[in-house]
Amino acid sequence: MYDIKSFYEAASVQDAIAALCADENAEIISGGTDLLIRIREGKAAGKTLVSIHNIPELKGITYDEDGTIVIGAATSFSHLTNHEIIKKHLNMLGEAVDQVGGPQIRNAGTIGGNICNGATSADSAASMQTLNAIVVLEGPEGLREVPVSAFYTGPGKTVRSRTEVCTAFKITKENYEGWAGHYIKYGKRNAMEIATLGCAVWIRLSPDKQIIEDVRLAYGVAAPTPIRCRKAEYAVRDRDISDAAIYELLSKNALEEVSPRTSWRASREFRLQLISELGKRALKQAIINAGGKTA
Amino acid sequence: MKTIGQNFKRVDAYGKVTGEAKYTSDLEPGGCLVAKVIHSTIANGKVLDFDLDAALKVPGVVRIVTCFEVPDLQFPTAGHPWSVETAHQDIADRKLLNERVRLYGDDIAAVIAENEIACIQAARLIRVKYEEYEPVVTVEQAMSEDATPLHPDLRKDNVIAHTRFTMGGADFTYETAKTRAEEEYGAENLIEVNAVMNTPRISHCHIELPTSWAYMDHNGKITVTSSTQIPHIARRVIAQALGIPVGKVRVIKPYIGGGFGNKQDVLYEPLNAYLATLTGGRPVKLEISREETISGTRTRHAIKGECKGIATRDGRLLARSLKAYANNGGYASHGHAICANCCTVFKDLYADAYGSEAEGFTVWTSSASAGAMRAYGIPQSDFFAEALTDDICYQAGLDPLQFRMENCMPEGFRDPGNGITFHSYGLKACMQKGAERIGWEEKRRLYADQTGTVRRGVGMAIFCYKTGVYPISLETASARMILNQDGSMQLQLGATEIGQGSDTVFTQMAAETTGIPFDQIYIVSAQDTDVVPFDTGAYASRQSYVTGMAVKKCGETLRERILDYAAYMLNHSETDMAKTMHAEVVAGAKQRMLGALSLPENTEITAELLDIKDGQVIWNAQPDTDEGVLFDLSVIAETAFYSLDRAEHITAEVTNQCKQNTFASGCCFVDIEVDMAVGKIEVKDIINVHDSGILLNPQLAAGQVHGGMSMGLGYALSEELLYDENGRPLNNNLLDYKIPTALDTPKLNVEFIELADPTGPYGNKALGEPPAIPVAPAIRNALLHATGVALHELPMTPQRLIEAFQKAGLI
Repeated sequence: MYDIKSFYEAASVQDAIAALCADENAEIISGGTDLLIRIREGKAAGKTLVSIHNIPELKGITYDEDGTIVIGAATSFSHLTNHEIIKKHLNMLGEAVDQVGGPQIRNAGTIGGNICNGATSADSAASMQTLNAIVVLEGPEGLREVPVSAFYTGPGKTVRSRTEVCTAFKITKENYEGWAGHYIKYGKRNAMEIATLGCAVWIRLSPDKQIIEDVRLAYGVAAPTPIRCRKAEYAVRDRDISDAAIYELLSKNALEEVSPRTSWRASREFRLQLISELGKRALKQAIINAGGKTA
Repeated sequence: MKTIGQNFKRVDAYGKVTGEAKYTSDLEPGGCLVAKVIHSTIANGKVLDFDLDAALKVPGVVRIVTCFEVPDLQFPTAGHPWSVETAHQDIADRKLLNERVRLYGDDIAAVIAENEIACIQAARLIRVKYEEYEPVVTVEQAMSEDATPLHPDLRKDNVIAHTRFTMGGADFTYETAKTRAEEEYGAENLIEVNAVMNTPRISHCHIELPTSWAYMDHNGKITVTSSTQIPHIARRVIAQALGIPVGKVRVIKPYIGGGFGNKQDVLYEPLNAYLATLTGGRPVKLEISREETISGTRTRHAIKGECKGIATRDGRLLARSLKAYANNGGYASHGHAICANCCTVFKDLYADAYGSEAEGFTVWTSSASAGAMRAYGIPQSDFFAEALTDDICYQAGLDPLQFRMENCMPEGFRDPGNGITFHSYGLKACMQKGAERIGWEEKRRLYADQTGTVRRGVGMAIFCYKTGVYPISLETASARMILNQDGSMQLQLGATEIGQGSDTVFTQMAAETTGIPFDQIYIVSAQDTDVVPFDTGAYASRQSYVTGMAVKKCGETLRERILDYAAYMLNHSETDMAKTMHAEVVAGAKQRMLGALSLPENTEITAELLDIKDGQVIWNAQPDTDEGVLFDLSVIAETAFYSLDRAEHITAEVTNQCKQNTFASGCCFVDIEVDMAVGKIEVKDIINVHDSGILLNPQLAAGQVHGGMSMGLGYALSEELLYDENGRPLNNNLLDYKIPTALDTPKLNVEFIELADPTGPYGNKALGEPPAIPVAPAIRNALLHATGVALHELPMTPQRLIEAFQKAGLI
């Protein structure tokens, strides 16, 4: 049994916004895989819940007229992983969210919830950073688009206001065409796990698959919010993939950009070791996934 | 048909697979009230006052009861048989609700409401005023001079008990043995290892939470239905806690979803029974959440072991010593029994040439109470003994397998302290088999000189484990068999099915001994203490041994009574039987028997001439041919029930007091890969080999081993309940407390060495707990082989591994 004051099933995004505006105690529920836990813990007890779970326009993945991929915020992890558009262009993201919790959680949990919770450990977070995803928010004041790099404001905090509904994520063509990548989730076990560290490398190689034309590196849990390591990216850009020094170069630079903390779950030193090692491993696999041959 | 040793399908298989099997919550009656326990938010102190006003206003709240109102009675909770010797009684150190708070989350009040939400809402509104003391979370803190005694009424300080055992004479000390060794062999020819080792506090993680519901009837009798391993003990403890006669308490134990020792303690049944006295006859349900279960029921003891060992460089183990400090948490639960067990096995496992000593302290601290958990102190003991052994071998350059073969406890070993004897000895055969199966010699060579950050290693560990608790404690079990009109039978036991398969093997035993077919024996699975005979319950790997003997004796008695009646029927075939519906069958049978055995017409047939096989009475001179068949058991049963001459309900009931014990043993071998840069150990191959006597049901036996190995993997690599410095649990949930998932579990291989144990009812000895013992030290020793890093702490988490590899300069 959950301590919930009331539950409203919104018919549309506008309907949801109206319901959120009508009650200061109202909160959005979609898959519920995080919120129900908070309710059970008493942290979000007695809330008015506004469900966006069954709003058709929030589900599914499509192309815009300019080729931008639009991912509906209420798309479940398992739908994301198995969608043809994701498999073709954003396989890294599909594989990342396939590592969330267990099968039941992946059938219920949504990409919108994963990002809007503001957790640095979210499995989609590092990948979304490397994809330069745009977060689409709709609220009483209308619609706005926020780059994911500007979305997080602190641990568990984002720019989304309580009355705004996250409706979609957009990834433009120049951010996926010709790119490939690899995400590593590091957990203490192989399933039912929250990431101790997440690392995504998104890469574009030259047509001959020799030169790193562009690369993006992002981490989850390496800082209070998911972060990009732009210095590390810069350090290996334009390098030859057969140059064995690129891995050390990437990880050494990344170490200067991250700020992991010590908690009882993991020490700073432990996370730093993982940041260094996983950066190298993700880069290597990303090169392979992009068609490059590594040493 | 021989039933022992056959893979009979579990008697509860269909019920459990289809969901038809009833567990405690499935049986909850309509109109049940719900209760929740209110826990302290300090770790050490005293409750001064409650403000209940706001909580009592929550709609649906029926009653809030606090620590100031409960009976002023302290009671013990251990699932031990009661001791009639005062000195051996369990420690009575808690009340139903406690004013004196000894751990974070101590039980200080309870809410009863119409539903769970009302309970939760009321719980949030209760305000408590405390007097706070400095928490003593660790053994060091609790044993320090200025530590607050948690139970000043029982002990002057926080040490519950302190014991010292020796081998090699009562005056043996490790230090004198060391001096002697140096004199005899010279220091340069000796290896000494001196290490402080730490084992973690872990949770049983049974799937079904501790749950119960209770009501009081018009006669003032309280019935508690509960998920427990020990219904008869729960009944006694409830009576003690409430200060009422035992007969006023009835405990029902339906199917349960695991216990692993946590439910070998009387957890919340007494409180639930007490709450049922406050509701005017309405039933009350008390379900303990996962969070409460992990940090507020029982745990496996974190034991610190100061370990020393000395051996000659050529592999002769001379002496060892252990000083063990067990963190028992806020309440005594099983008291010193577990730490003492840890000490005993440490010294028993090896035949030190000079001797060994083991000293143990069990200490109250401001943390979760530690009690029984699968293998009762021996996973800790085995980690100490087996890590020490491999450290000695590593430093001396000796082969750990050969060292164990030469120094382990020998055939016929008898513990001089308690007399427990290794009656059937398969330890070395287990080692042999395990070594062959893992490819020991080849892999020890192959993995010897590796470089790089990904390395392989093989490791092993051995263990021994006693069967039941005699002579440390009472061993008694009762069985009842009741013949039905159709020749089938009910089997009633106080022993409990807790998932291990006991109902199935007891049915096999009853079939084996009585001759009634397996599928015509209806075991009564649920224990109702008003109905089933007395048994202390499922723990100590005892039931197949102790209750097994009761089943065997009861089966022999029932068989004798059936045959006695059969003889009566045959002898009265032409008199009393003549007018009955079975007259022809009996007369014909008698003629065939007399003819076949060439006996004169007037022979008095006695039970000794008869036997039962596959549900039919036979004459035992011709046991293997159909010619010997006289008639079906249904003929006897129906006659016995309704005979106008000699009506008799054929039943048997036996209490078996067991005054025997024997060692089971075995080993684990593993082959691991260590990815040092990310601190991960992957088990590539693993095998447990067990010396548990004759297997009653090999498939169920293998299942027991798989489960135990899985627990061993968690113990080795990931499980650990953590506290902050204020005694607040950090990870009492299943996300942060890491039990292995299916994806973390390699193929688990199992082999057995089957030697009939002369003391076991069917040649069997302990198997339930042992599989959990050797896995962690085997993995730890494989890590030593792979990397040269000697870890002395469990679990071997990625962070601990990375710290160790960095310290060793390996990454």
